[in-house]
Amino acid sequence: MMYDIIIIGAGPAGMTAAIYARRAQKSVLVLEAQSYGGQIINTPEIENYPAAANISGFDFASNVYNQAKALGAEFKFENVLELRDTGASKEAVTKRGEYSARAVIIATGSANRKLGLEGEDRLTGRGISYCAACDGAFYRKKTVAVVGGGNTALEDALYLADVAEKVYLIHRRDSFRGDEATVERLKSRENVELVLNSRVTALNADKRLQSVEVKANDGSVRELKVDGLFAAVGRVPENQSFSNLIELDGAGYADSDESCRTKTAGVFVAGDNRRKEVRQLVTATADGAVAATAAIRYLNEG
Amino acid sequence: MAVIKVTEQNFKSEVLESSVPVLADFNANWCGPCRMLAPIVEEVSEERRDVKFVSINIDEEDILAEDYGISSIPCLVLFKGGEEVDRMVGLRPKDDLLDFLG
Ligand SMILES: Cc1cc2nc3c(=O)[nH]c(=O)nc-3n(C[C@H](O)[C@H](O)[C@H](O)COP(=O)(O)OP(=O)(O)OC[C@H]3O[C@@H](n4cnc5c(N)ncnc54)[C@H](O)[C@@H]3O)c2cc1C
Repeated sequence: MMYDIIIIGAGPAGMTAAIYARRAQKSVLVLEAQSYGGQIINTPEIENYPAAANISGFDFASNVYNQAKALGAEFKFENVLELRDTGASKEAVTKRGEYSARAVIIATGSANRKLGLEGEDRLTGRGISYCAACDGAFYRKKTVAVVGGGNTALEDALYLADVAEKVYLIHRRDSFRGDEATVERLKSRENVELVLNSRVTALNADKRLQSVEVKANDGSVRELKVDGLFAAVGRVPENQSFSNLIELDGAGYADSDESCRTKTAGVFVAGDNRRKEVRQLVTATADGAVAATAAIRYLNEG
Repeated sequence: MAVIKVTEQNFKSEVLESSVPVLADFNANWCGPCRMLAPIVEEVSEERRDVKFVSINIDEEDILAEDYGISSIPCLVLFKGGEEVDRMVGLRPKDDLLDFLG
């Protein structure tokens, strides 16, 4: 069967695109690698989405999913490995099969950047975490380290300072990219120790993380005993599998015009994987609407 | 088969002394990925009748969570003969769960 539009990724951007496409009577297949919702399901509270003063990420995701389903969007939980363009049709390839559509919207968002250390995957959930809001509560009265220098790292450290006994904030430079006000608040916390000009070079563990080895730019090495290590070193856009059809910038974000069109006719991008300034729910859902509208126009004109 | 709620009181009898393998889902109400995973676990429990599926709320059962060193949820722990044999952390699609159970 040939769909009008295949949407890759059932995050806020992809599901909003599905709503717009269905309201224009286009047949829609949404392919999602994990479960619907995307990153936002990780947060217990959203407080900056218009018309919803306070809603959990789970409820937000479920509402959008139910809305898209009720309008007739079809969902399949399969990871898209590859996208092919044969001109008139595009084929999305998964482990289970191939799906065709006349237009495709890539709304794959972004994933946590890893530290790239040996044992990192095995220790995830055994001391290593990428989400302080999700896992912080497990470190009550314990010692933790946060790695990173942006706002996420600063806010994670501040949050953990309320929960944990001691927090190290490890950053490879001597100044932070994040808000000055947050930096000042952190500096005033007695249980926060800044470990600057340093990077984590090894993880020591038995069954779970025991300590981290930290190497300073001057070559000195320290071992910090920690129960937890929170990586806040940014996110990586999930565009690699589609680089045959879309242009990526140096950081891996997809180039597109204001209508979310890419260099390939009939292929659109929406959400956090797109090159833009603000990566939030409102911009993700806005992209979904814009990309779907552009795809609908493409179908109607073709 | 449904997913049984387990507490510290019946953990020993339902999990450690179970004659069949047990998949324990450590979760919490405030955890979005846990709430996403719950229906997937439920679905898998319908397909894998040879395994017992239990759910453990870490806020109510903090001692069990501590005993098993849970530090990230959702966390699925597989028990055989009263021993932990494997664990899987985070939200995963159904296929991964089926693979995990072997
Ligand atoms: C902890 C946390 C808290 C946040 N809080 C807020 C907040 O309060 N307010 C706010 O506005 N924003 C918040 N954000 C940011 C917001 O979640 C993102 O901007 C938004 O989710 C982006 O939506 P998206 O659809 O572009 O991408 P994502 O949410 O990343 O969704 C992309 C989806 O695509 C799927 N996917 C990826 N690759 C493939 C593939 N190859 N095949 C199939 N599927 C694939 C992924 O599994 C995922 O479900 C928060 C983010 C985090 C992590």
